[in-house]
Amino acid sequence: MSWQAWAAIAFWIAAWAVNGTVANRWGRRKWARIFVPALFGVTLLVLWQGLVKGLNVPSVILPAPTQIAARFADSVPLLWGDFSQTILKGALGGYVIGCGAAVLTAIAVDRSPFLQRGLLPVGNFFAALPIVGVAPILVMWFGFDWQSKAAVVVVMVFFPVLVNMVAGLAATDPLQRDLMKTYSASYRDSLLRLRLPAAMPFLFNGLKIATTLALIGAIVAEFFGSPTRGMGFRISTAVGQLDMALVWSEIVVAALAGSGFYGLMALIEKTVTFWHPSQRG
Amino acid sequence: MRNILPVLVVCLVIVVLWYGAALWLNAAWVYDQAARAGTQVGFGQLVHDTMTLPRPKLPAPHQVLGGLWDGIFGQSVTSKKSLVYHGWMTLEVTMLGFAVGTLAGLILAIGIVHSRAMDMSVMPWAIASQTIPVLAIAPMVIVVLASVGLKGVIPKALIAAYLSFFPVLVGMVKGLRAPDGLQLDLMRTYNASRTQTLTMLRLPSSLPYLFASLKVGVAAALVGTIVAELPAGASVGLGARLLSGSYYGQTIQIWAALFMAAILAALLVAAIGIAEKVVLKRMGMAR
Repeated sequence: MSWQAWAAIAFWIAAWAVNGTVANRWGRRKWARIFVPALFGVTLLVLWQGLVKGLNVPSVILPAPTQIAARFADSVPLLWGDFSQTILKGALGGYVIGCGAAVLTAIAVDRSPFLQRGLLPVGNFFAALPIVGVAPILVMWFGFDWQSKAAVVVVMVFFPVLVNMVAGLAATDPLQRDLMKTYSASYRDSLLRLRLPAAMPFLFNGLKIATTLALIGAIVAEFFGSPTRGMGFRISTAVGQLDMALVWSEIVVAALAGSGFYGLMALIEKTVTFWHPSQRG
Repeated sequence: MRNILPVLVVCLVIVVLWYGAALWLNAAWVYDQAARAGTQVGFGQLVHDTMTLPRPKLPAPHQVLGGLWDGIFGQSVTSKKSLVYHGWMTLEVTMLGFAVGTLAGLILAIGIVHSRAMDMSVMPWAIASQTIPVLAIAPMVIVVLASVGLKGVIPKALIAAYLSFFPVLVGMVKGLRAPDGLQLDLMRTYNASRTQTLTMLRLPSSLPYLFASLKVGVAAALVGTIVAELPAGASVGLGARLLSGSYYGQTIQIWAALFMAAILAALLVAAIGIAEKVVLKRMGMAR
């Protein structure tokens, strides 16, 4: 162990002490809520850097954060190309189609309680399955380009969104529905003014789960065949060339895309379901 | 129980749609073959041919069931063609990873509930990390670990453990905090130590949460194992079966492996559901 490793460990202990004090003394303040996790994240990075440098870990096994950052800065155009191929075309395209189809199916099924009772358990069952396994089949059907990735994403996001939407459409209580009846509201009116708004919290729950699934589906499907760009393709070829810094850069992109996508849905949820107790804080 | 009929109807609709899709997708091949042979195919012949292709675009349900039956009962369980063998390999890794992940999640949850600093530092990252497509980089982790000399069960189990870790962590933090102030005050008046509060109040009242997150965790562990079996070079497990099927265009093999995975997932979740029922009933918490 060299001085870098010891310095990192010393930093860790100091940061831990600071975090302990801050959390116990000012834990309810707003700045502490941001400061404590941020310091923890920084500590992890410092520890990573120090241990990799201090223990002389070869960069083909685990590159240091600084190396990854340098590689990331070097290959921004490459990463952007992969990002647009995998995330913008494959994942987003599939996400929109899959979620749209699920919502429409849920509304269609909603008129028949019989189908609803049948579809919910089946949908729940499918939602728990390792659906990512259909990737090789869909790649065979739709070819190597982004269409097959979008198809995998459609299948993966469909059931979680469907189950949540069906549950959401059933979420109105009888009193509210009776009220709509006394207003002699048509099916369309009660759907638009009562049931759909009431289903929104459930729908967004499903949509948020689906964001991560979409990214997973789009990237994993590329392992079964892809054109010569895309994040999954880049990861598997970079591993072959032992270019671990590039692999980690792709992971950083995936992480940023994942949390950004999720954050975007959470933001939309906040504006759409501002009336819901969980949003009023 | 009143749900059985609707569920059956929905399943029946799916099967009918599937047959229709198989007819539609495989018809092109049959017509092509017939044109080359210079013969005409009638509708009866078409139906028969599309349902019995050796490498169909979409195998009909009975072909998949046939492949499944052959894979489970038609081979000796040690054969490389046996789905029982591959399923067992996958199950082994899944259970190991699931156990490790659950244990780690449990321990960290107990730490988080007892230490404010840990709660504030770890929890935001734990929740944020849920939004990262970890599963997508699983195959890469396998390859990297293999280059360090770590092969076989351990790297795959690590992925499964990582995936089952977070549902358990998040669920258990919620569960361990489930006792309300009155109950915690009662423990205080009894002069109970922190350990006693944990074992006698917090852990028992967290059980419903534990089981709920175990169900999510075990499904995640299975998916993780299957994806971890994908990288080239893997030879055992349902994931490897999927991959080799995709290389050689053996669609029936892919579908059979997929069904086997579905059966495994259903069995695992059902087993936890049964354990949940028994335990909660004995503890008087059944709803």
